[in-house]
Amino acid sequence: MNALIERFSTRTSSSGVLFHARNASLVDDGLHEDDYAPQSLATWGSTAGFGNLPQGIGAPSFAMPSVADPAAFLRLHTDASSSNPSCKIKINHGTTTLAFAYQGGVIVAVDSRATAGSSIISGTAKKVIEINPYLLGTMAGGGADCFYWETYLGMQCRLHELRNHERISVAAASKYLSNLMYSMKGSGLSMACTGTMICGWDKTGPSIYHVDSDGSRLKGDLFSVGSGSTFAYGVLDQAYHWDLTDDEARDLGRRSIYGAGMRDAYSGNYCNLYHVKQGGWEFVGNYDLNDLHYDGFEGKSYAHEERTRGRSSANPPLP
Amino acid sequence: METSFAITGKGYVIVAADSTAARSIVKMKVDEDKIKELSSHLLMAYSGEPGDTVQFAEFVERNIRLYQIRNLYPLRPAAAASWIRRALAESLRSRNPYSVNLLLGGYDLADHTPNLYWVDYLGTVVEVPFAAHGYGSYFALSLLDRYHDPEASLEEGLATLRRCIDEVSKRLVVSPGNYKVKVVDKDGVREIEL
Repeated sequence: MNALIERFSTRTSSSGVLFHARNASLVDDGLHEDDYAPQSLATWGSTAGFGNLPQGIGAPSFAMPSVADPAAFLRLHTDASSSNPSCKIKINHGTTTLAFAYQGGVIVAVDSRATAGSSIISGTAKKVIEINPYLLGTMAGGGADCFYWETYLGMQCRLHELRNHERISVAAASKYLSNLMYSMKGSGLSMACTGTMICGWDKTGPSIYHVDSDGSRLKGDLFSVGSGSTFAYGVLDQAYHWDLTDDEARDLGRRSIYGAGMRDAYSGNYCNLYHVKQGGWEFVGNYDLNDLHYDGFEGKSYAHEERTRGRSSANPPLP
Repeated sequence: METSFAITGKGYVIVAADSTAARSIVKMKVDEDKIKELSSHLLMAYSGEPGDTVQFAEFVERNIRLYQIRNLYPLRPAAAASWIRRALAESLRSRNPYSVNLLLGGYDLADHTPNLYWVDYLGTVVEVPFAAHGYGSYFALSLLDRYHDPEASLEEGLATLRRCIDEVSKRLVVSPGNYKVKVVDKDGVREIEL
C-alpha cells in the first residue's frame, strides 16, 4: 500500500495526524479503542469500524495545483457538474447503476457506457468494482476517482482483515469510504465522484450503503445512481418487494438497466449483473441491451414495441 | 414541478395533469385545471411558462372552434395536431415565442382510433402510445415502456396511470399533490376522479 501511495503522491500522510486532529475530544476523554468494542452480535457493525480504526486513516495526500484555490482551478478546467462544456478536461459521466437487497441477497446491476462530454468513450466499461469476495462497489460519476478510491478501499479492507482476523463489515467499509470522501471535501479532488454503492453480505446479512462524494452515507434496501437512475427507479420501484425469488430479482435488475439504457442517452450498451449471497458475490452475466431489446431474455423481449406487437388501441364497432 | 401524463388504451386516451399552480416556491392554487377540452373529442394538457400556457391554450381553443363553425365539422385529431404545430412553429420564430408543452389526446370518430400527440414548445410533434412532460417523464417513461398495453381496458389504463403518479410521488422531491384526469373516447370527453 505504501509503495502505491508513495508512487502516486508527493507527500505521504504521516501516521494519522489527520485522525488525531479530527477526534481530539476522543483522545482527551482518555478513551481507548477497546471501549468501543462491539458487545454482542446485535451491535456488530454498529460502531461502523470506528472501534478499531487503523491509526493511519488519513487519506493519502496529493500534489495540488500550485494556485491559491485548487478547487476553483479544477472547476475551471473540468466539467464535474456537466456545466462547463468548453473545458479542456472532460470527465467520464453518465451512468446507470442500481443495487437492491431482497430475501435472497443483493442484486447489483450496472450499464457499461462511459461518456465524456457528448461522446461515448467506451461501451464496455466495467462499473462494478470487486473489492473482495464479499464486497462490491459500483461506479457512477468520475470514473477515475471512483476506481482509485474503491481500489484504495479494497486495500484498507484487506488490512482490516489482517489486523483483526475478521472480515470487515459492509457498514465499516462504507464508513471508511465516506470518511475518506469527507476528508477530501472541498479540495476538488473527489468532486467528480457522484455516488457509489457498497454492497455485500456480512454477519448482519445482506446490506447496501450509498456513499457520495460530499460525504453522505445512507443505508438502504434499494438505490439507483447516475443519470439514468430515474428511469431505473421507474421500473424497479413498481415490481420490487422483499420476497422476490432469485430469478425474479435478477430479471428485475436487468429490466431496470434496460429501461434506463433505452431512455437515457448516457447509459447503455451492456448490463453487468452480480448477485451477492451469503457465500460472497457471484457474477451472473453480461447482457447486450440490444439483444434484450430485439430477442429478449430467454425469448421474452423487454421492448415495448415487441411486447405490444399486433395489439392495437383502435376500437371499431363490431359488425 | 409541472408534470403531465397521457396513455392510450382500447378505444380511449387518458390525459392527466397535475393541478398545482406555483409561483416561485409558493403553491398559489391546488385545483387548477390544465387540461382544455378543445372539442367534443379532443383534449389538450398544457404546461410551461406561466402566462403563455393559458394564452396559447385559449388561442388554440378559439381557433379550433372557429374551424368547426365555418365548416360545420370539427378538425380530426391529426389535423388539429398539425394546426397547433404550425402555430407553435410560427410563434417560435417571432419576437416573443410561446413556451408551451402540450399533450394532445383525441378520439378519431372516422376510424375509431384514439390518437395521442406529444408536442413541445419547439414545435416537435410525435404520435405516441403514451407520453409525459415535465420531471415526471423521467420516472414514467421507463415505467410505461414496461407496463403500457394498447389493448388495456379503461380500468387497466387508470391503474397504469396510478402507477405513474405513485412513482412520481415516491421519488420526485417536488412532486405535485393532485392531478386532474380526463378521458376521451367514442362518447366524448369527461373528467374522472382517481
